[in-house]
Amino acid sequence: MNKTEYQKAWLFVIPVFILVAFNAAVPLMTVVNYSFQETFGNNVFTWEGTRWFKQILQSDRFHAALGRQFLFTGIILFIQIPLGIFIALTMPKEGIGVSVCLVLMSMPLLIPWNVVGAMWNIFALPEIGFLGHTLNDLGFDYNFTQQTGDAWFTTVLMDVWHWTSLVVLLSYAGLRSIQPAYYQAAEIDGASRWAVFRYIELPKMKKVLTIAILLRFMDSFMIYTEPFVLTGGGPGNATAFLSIDLVKMALGQFDLGPAAAMSLIYFFIVLLVCWVFYNLMMRNEEQS
Amino acid sequence: MSLELKNVEKKVGLDTHIYSTNLRFEKNTINILLGSTLAGKTTLMQIMAGLHKPTNGEIWFNEKNVTGVAVQKRNVSMVYQQFINYPNFTVFDNIASPLKITGISSDEIKKKVIEVSDLLKLSGMLDKKPNELSGGQQQRTALARALIKDSGLILLDEPLANLDFKLREELREELPKLFENRDCIVVYATTEPSDALLIGGNTATLEEGKIVQYGKTIDVYNKPTNLVSARVFSDPPINISDVKKNGDTFSLSHDSVKWKSKSISLKDGNYKVGIRPHNITTYKEGANSIEIKGKVLISELSGSESLIHFRNSNMNWVSLSNGTHQMNVGQEAKLYMNVDEFMYFDQNNKLVSNV
Repeated sequence: MNKTEYQKAWLFVIPVFILVAFNAAVPLMTVVNYSFQETFGNNVFTWEGTRWFKQILQSDRFHAALGRQFLFTGIILFIQIPLGIFIALTMPKEGIGVSVCLVLMSMPLLIPWNVVGAMWNIFALPEIGFLGHTLNDLGFDYNFTQQTGDAWFTTVLMDVWHWTSLVVLLSYAGLRSIQPAYYQAAEIDGASRWAVFRYIELPKMKKVLTIAILLRFMDSFMIYTEPFVLTGGGPGNATAFLSIDLVKMALGQFDLGPAAAMSLIYFFIVLLVCWVFYNLMMRNEEQS
Repeated sequence: MSLELKNVEKKVGLDTHIYSTNLRFEKNTINILLGSTLAGKTTLMQIMAGLHKPTNGEIWFNEKNVTGVAVQKRNVSMVYQQFINYPNFTVFDNIASPLKITGISSDEIKKKVIEVSDLLKLSGMLDKKPNELSGGQQQRTALARALIKDSGLILLDEPLANLDFKLREELREELPKLFENRDCIVVYATTEPSDALLIGGNTATLEEGKIVQYGKTIDVYNKPTNLVSARVFSDPPINISDVKKNGDTFSLSHDSVKWKSKSISLKDGNYKVGIRPHNITTYKEGANSIEIKGKVLISELSGSESLIHFRNSNMNWVSLSNGTHQMNVGQEAKLYMNVDEFMYFDQNNKLVSNV
């Protein structure tokens, strides 16, 4: 086949190039720029090579924040995915109840993140908050601003409240796409409720669950606003997840070089985990 | 062995999905439920299976009342229009799945699976997953699952509808053989009159939740008791026109087409005539053929047949001729109707004669 050379076509692509350049490439390259250099203001830069990267990768502070981050993400995935599937399974399949449930389920997703943080902060305050006060009345020594365990408990509870709905909605969509004939066939075979879930519903939900897990992983791994408003990373550094720690370093201490290096490492971790996870899920997909 | 529906009725809210139905299917028969979409075929099958309870009436199986007995305890199997298999089981496990809960030894299961998969030409595919198979093979797997149970009642709900033409013909040919020498009653729902004719057995024609006629397939086709049954059992659609009988002459009401009635002892008056498309042809057929003229609306060639739609007496007619007869849209066509194959119905749509 003869290809016609028509260079003017590039003109049409230029707006996109410019757009992407300004909202992605330029900011990213600025960070890359900072991560290899030291600056003392006045646009004076000195080359530092990979020093900041080594410093970050060897720092206990980064290890601790990364550990907390993985722990937090692990906990919320462990709670939200099964809980979301369970709620989706119990939701009505027809009638007025469907819309009612869907609207109620979407509510937490519509609330701005910093509002969620503020809400839960007030809600959980030991002296005046409904949750905090009630827990203390019941005899629990609860104070999320002072005790590490309580701070974690509150942060996790807040995230579960805020984001389980997403898993529910995705799972529900997956469940609704299963043809009724599958359930009938299983009934005729005499399959138990568990067998129906394990061999029909779960395999059929696999794709939406992959998406749900990926989204929840990314979002929770990059969580910032809610814990920032709720605990500010405290008490001490107990709930200082990666992004909170990063902002402290960049804006609190103005260590731009190490902060830039940390940003890039952070970015690559998210990218790597998503890539690995996606490939694992898709490889399973091909086999089945 | 027999399956009997006694005054079975199904209502959902204020809608009646199945009107009071009496049917009796005998052992070793294939029974076809023929009707258009929403005629109630699937509902009727689900009631037979025990997936739904009838609002009124009883279901008897082997002379025992099984109304309200759960489907798991009924020993039935069902195959659907969609290819329903367990997505992450291999073909082997899929076929074996109904036996696994029965507690049969795995050697026995293996023997049976191999036997059934040979029958359905699935031998080479036992290790594959359903979505690695073609549509035809997926449906074969579902059929194998239905067969392996040795159920007394096998329900096939439009099993060939989602297959492409070639696979459909192939599987349709095999179907009756699969059920030979099995002690079972087969119920087969379809919208295609040709399915019913090719499979044979018995046919029940359905329309809007009512059984219109039940009998041997060939009898239902040749002697529909009424116009509805004739219409359901005709593809392309049967031509129905008002006719007037006066003495020994019939005439179409809006046209000068006239023919002599042969040995019909009917009173004079208004009737309806049903003429199957293949009895209107571009050539003379039978001893008594009469001419009909009309303007060609559609002319289609399909392999060895020609389908011509034409207009006459304010009505659209469908004709089906053997061989290829190319006609131009808009041209005046001259066709011939085989008077001997006409079916006459009275004003209440009941068959009065089809001499």
